[in-house]
Amino acid sequence: MRLSEITRILDAEVLCGTDKLDSDVSAAFACDLMSDVLAFSGPRPLLLTGLTNSQVVRTAEVIDAPAIIFVRGKRPTAAIIALATEKGLACLLTTRLMYESCGLLYQAGLPGCRPGKEVTGGGQGVGAV
Amino acid sequence: MSEQSSPPGVPQASLQLAYPVRGLDFSSAGEAAGRIKRALQQIGVPSAVIRRAAIVAYEAEMNIVIHARQGTLRASISPGRIELIAEDEGPGIADIEQAMQEGFSTAPDHIREMGFGAGMGLSNIKRCSSQMTIVSDVGRGTKVTAILTGW
Repeated sequence: MRLSEITRILDAEVLCGTDKLDSDVSAAFACDLMSDVLAFSGPRPLLLTGLTNSQVVRTAEVIDAPAIIFVRGKRPTAAIIALATEKGLACLLTTRLMYESCGLLYQAGLPGCRPGKEVTGGGQGVGAV
Repeated sequence: MSEQSSPPGVPQASLQLAYPVRGLDFSSAGEAAGRIKRALQQIGVPSAVIRRAAIVAYEAEMNIVIHARQGTLRASISPGRIELIAEDEGPGIADIEQAMQEGFSTAPDHIREMGFGAGMGLSNIKRCSSQMTIVSDVGRGTKVTAILTGW
């Protein structure tokens, strides 16, 4: 689903990355816990969150998220938007709540992402000293 | 920030990266992990491996920022192998087994409000690594070593 369509569905404001609205996303992950985003999201998800600190942008960068949607009308500061711009991310802002945002996108055909097999590193236990 | 690379001509080419990490410096937290990720992209490491390494590096960096006074995040990258080492001067971990449990966290509320401190950090590192070792000395610091191999 194109970011431009997502923008329309959520009646969202584009905070940065207007040149990226033609990009496609194939799945989404919604969460306010960044450690859970790192643990459970699949590759290249659209990230929906109500957090607006710099760690959201850092987390999006780590998981290769192409765009962040800030829900509940939570507007990040100019510094956060600048950091997202530096990282090449698109940022959208919607006044809709998390549940409704997810529901609308799911209804329009954007599935949730599942952790890919490649995410698992086959951890073989921890050596504690 | 400092970066070191092996001198040319060294057999079994490897890239050494090292970044200082300051405790409670949340504005820069994640910068070192981002740099390691970009280095891996430039080398041409498979994207799924980069993702795992980036998660390990970021969680390890956040652990230093959240819990320690200061530390260093190092990466040693060679063909087919990435070693990430996060070493800090901090409170140490009294019970490593407990710290490894998903959901266990000693992070204060202001960290949780940032979306961290959910007790997933060390288990995330373990899950994304082929091998992980924690060495901790209470009152002095912690060293987390994660090795990614097999691609």
